Amino acid sequence: MTHPRLEDAEAPQRSAVEELAIDDSSRKKFLKMTGSGAAASLALLIAACGSSKKSSSSSSQSSAPPPSSSNSGSSSKSGGDIDIVNYALTLEYLEAGFYEKVIASGLFKGKSLSTIKVFGEDEAKHVEALKGTAKQLGGKPAAKPKAKFPLKSASSVLKLAQTVEDLGASAYLGQAGKIKSKEVLAAALSIHTVEARHAATLNMLLGKSVTPDGAFAKPADMSTVLAAVKPFIVS
Amino acid sequence: MADIDLATPEQLLAGVEIHGVTRGSFIMKGALAASAAYGATAAAPFVSQALAQSGSGDVEILNFALTLEYLEAAFYKKAQSLSLSGEAKKAATKFGDQEQQHVETLKGTIKKLGGKPAAVPGVSFPINGQKSFLKLAQVFEDTGVSAYNGAAPMIKSTEVLAAAGSIVQIEARHAAAIRLLLDMSPAPNAFDKTMTKDEVLKAVKPFIK
Repeated sequence: MTHPRLEDAEAPQRSAVEELAIDDSSRKKFLKMTGSGAAASLALLIAACGSSKKSSSSSSQSSAPPPSSSNSGSSSKSGGDIDIVNYALTLEYLEAGFYEKVIASGLFKGKSLSTIKVFGEDEAKHVEALKGTAKQLGGKPAAKPKAKFPLKSASSVLKLAQTVEDLGASAYLGQAGKIKSKEVLAAALSIHTVEARHAATLNMLLGKSVTPDGAFAKPADMSTVLAAVKPFIVS
Repeated sequence: MADIDLATPEQLLAGVEIHGVTRGSFIMKGALAASAAYGATAAAPFVSQALAQSGSGDVEILNFALTLEYLEAAFYKKAQSLSLSGEAKKAATKFGDQEQQHVETLKGTIKKLGGKPAAVPGVSFPINGQKSFLKLAQVFEDTGVSAYNGAAPMIKSTEVLAAAGSIVQIEARHAAAIRLLLDMSPAPNAFDKTMTKDEVLKAVKPFIK
């Protein structure tokens, strides 16, 4: 089924030509950076869904890193970052898995489908980068959670995507100040704004405000985020 | 669809230039490890760019951000005087108001840190209609994202970092919306680029009188 509004949406294209057109030469050098770790919201998830069935309340928010001792045999400094990276990784796994299922559902076609594909590819790249970062920090990347999503109609899926992306953006924002490593922070920020771009796009397609929080985006802590995504995690 | 295919790893790497930090630095190893795993990478550039700016104090970074926000706010104000319609018109009003809020917040933060807010720059924008407005808006917003992302890792205060983060997310949302209005990809890269302060200043220089 088609959703007129979506079919009319512009087709996002990731063309290098477009990039070059708007970038001066000095910026060209920085095209296509892929990162190593970022992270903000998923580590907890990982801790939550990876190890055992903890209730979301068990991961008391923020300050204390999740008790995922299996994640690190490294210093406490990287231990905190590893947990955050794994939390982000779990969220990205969920997002990537979500888009995969949406694409396979056949609910979308044309331009809206190509937009979804691009977003799914972005999330898959975030997954790979975060896995690499977790390893680089001496940690063990969180396992991919099993997830299920309600895919009833194009409009409901779009709303869920918007919710997930807005949540992802606020989740990264919620972790930024907790990341110890500047390098990990830089990577997290570069992912954070892409989640924001995805979120804005979906909000726009739904006819909603692209800045639901107003002029200043609101952060979300781990426990809030984990509670929000819990319904989608099977195991 | 061919138009959403990503560049090959070779193309990506060809576009990467590393400077500012040594290749032996930690993040780079992480980036390279990630790229090895994924096949396409260069987290290195944004990190090296960010690190190259270390040494800037928080007030200096905030004043840099303030100058950009002054420009954006003035830009949208000018746009509001043009004959715009539909979503573009709404964006000029709404985004302009949000940039002005960023200006006020940054000024307040700078004062709180004991600093002196940068002066409002004289500006000039070559826009005369909807298309030229949107095109330049896209440049400003994407540049804003890259500027904040490039400078943020150097921020020392957690509070200032939190503020910068909440602002850059809005810049990214603006950028995506403007891009959609221009029929461009809202998220051109899986990882947003960063720019150094010098690069940003060079990019906006044409609009400062």
